[in-house]
Amino acid sequence: MGEATKDIEALIELMARLPGLGPRSARRAVLHMIRKRAQLMTPLADALHHVAATARECLNCGNIGTADICDICQSERRATGEICVVEDVADLWAMERAAAFRGRYHVLGGTLNALDSIGPEELRIPRLIDRVAAENVTEVILALNATIDGATTAHYIAEQLEGRVKVTSLARGVPMGGELDYLDDGTISAALKARKAL
Amino acid sequence: MEWRDEGALLSVRRHGESAAIIEVFTAEHGRHAGVVRGGASRRISPILQPGAQLDLTWRARLDEHLGSFTVELLRSRTAAVMGDRLALAGLNAVTALLSFSLPEREPHPSLYARTITLLDLLGTSPAWPLAYLRWELALLDELGFGLDLSACAVTGAREGLAHVSPRTGRAVSAEAAGKWADRLLPLPPALLGHGEGELSGVARGLVTTGYFLRTRLAHQLGNRPLPEARQRLVDAIARYSAPSA
Repeated sequence: MGEATKDIEALIELMARLPGLGPRSARRAVLHMIRKRAQLMTPLADALHHVAATARECLNCGNIGTADICDICQSERRATGEICVVEDVADLWAMERAAAFRGRYHVLGGTLNALDSIGPEELRIPRLIDRVAAENVTEVILALNATIDGATTAHYIAEQLEGRVKVTSLARGVPMGGELDYLDDGTISAALKARKAL
Repeated sequence: MEWRDEGALLSVRRHGESAAIIEVFTAEHGRHAGVVRGGASRRISPILQPGAQLDLTWRARLDEHLGSFTVELLRSRTAAVMGDRLALAGLNAVTALLSFSLPEREPHPSLYARTITLLDLLGTSPAWPLAYLRWELALLDELGFGLDLSACAVTGAREGLAHVSPRTGRAVSAEAAGKWADRLLPLPPALLGHGEGELSGVARGLVTTGYFLRTRLAHQLGNRPLPEARQRLVDAIARYSAPSA
């Protein structure tokens, strides 16, 4: 095997480590990039190089950006007094895609989990409490996953912030376009509990 | 090797990109682990929530292998406890204590039955804290550290029982305790299954069961600390039972 082929094999091996890709799909992706070298591979390599050098966690909220303080935390327009607490940066991105929330975020970096010894100190909960005091926060919105771990974490945070600030959580129930027939019992009962007058 | 059983989910751990390793407490096979292929997928992961009642089929080439599960949801308990801080703490304590204390693949049918009854009460009946306390007693009993609360260890009296000896795990009446009372553990009526199951009584009972869980059960398991989830439940019950200022 020549040196050049070795390099390509190494690239395929690295690509295969990405989530959602296996060796076969990595091979296809690399082949595609080589064929589209100018339009795809070179810009991708430049972007990867740049992001690898600059990407970092926001010191304030845990979002990923290219500066110590992310754009959202820096923006005065986002200082609405509301902080939306999410589990992961992917959840923050999902909220931003929806463009329904104009305040700031706080990324916990996980949920409380006794099995994996993840306690409040392993998450950014102490930092959240500091922010509530320092940033004139009027409402903390807990946008955590509707799982047992997510709910445990939400209750813990609500307990810590009790009496300091208004704490709310996302509603649970029927998704947009959802059909009752296909919903699980838990979602139906949660939706029924959270019903509202029309 | 193959078997089919019903069980409650105790824990889930992601395994690779799409699978999960689950731990269940089953009626006939005790605490049992196995891989669920696609367990991290959007379709299956909502089913795999601690406390869920599952129909399970386990398959492996050899009995000692980890094996894989095929799961079907029978009953989800997530919605019942999600909005109830105390019940959620109860569910976490039950699943964590079972994971912590039960030996693998050893059936405990009577404890299983009690566990299912307790899980069904969580978030649906106000009597669950009392049921939880009685369940901890049953757990101790099942694992060989049962307390004898039937009569006073000193006088044999069956009335006026107010303490538990930390050394023997036997009841002691208020009269027999005398000046040693402050060295004994509390025996509230809740621990005997009496009374309305007020949270304050349950909180006192948990002091006693906690002592034996820590000094006997955990000691036997290599002096590991009890799961934090239990302490969170104890703290929550203490907070709810405290008279508001």
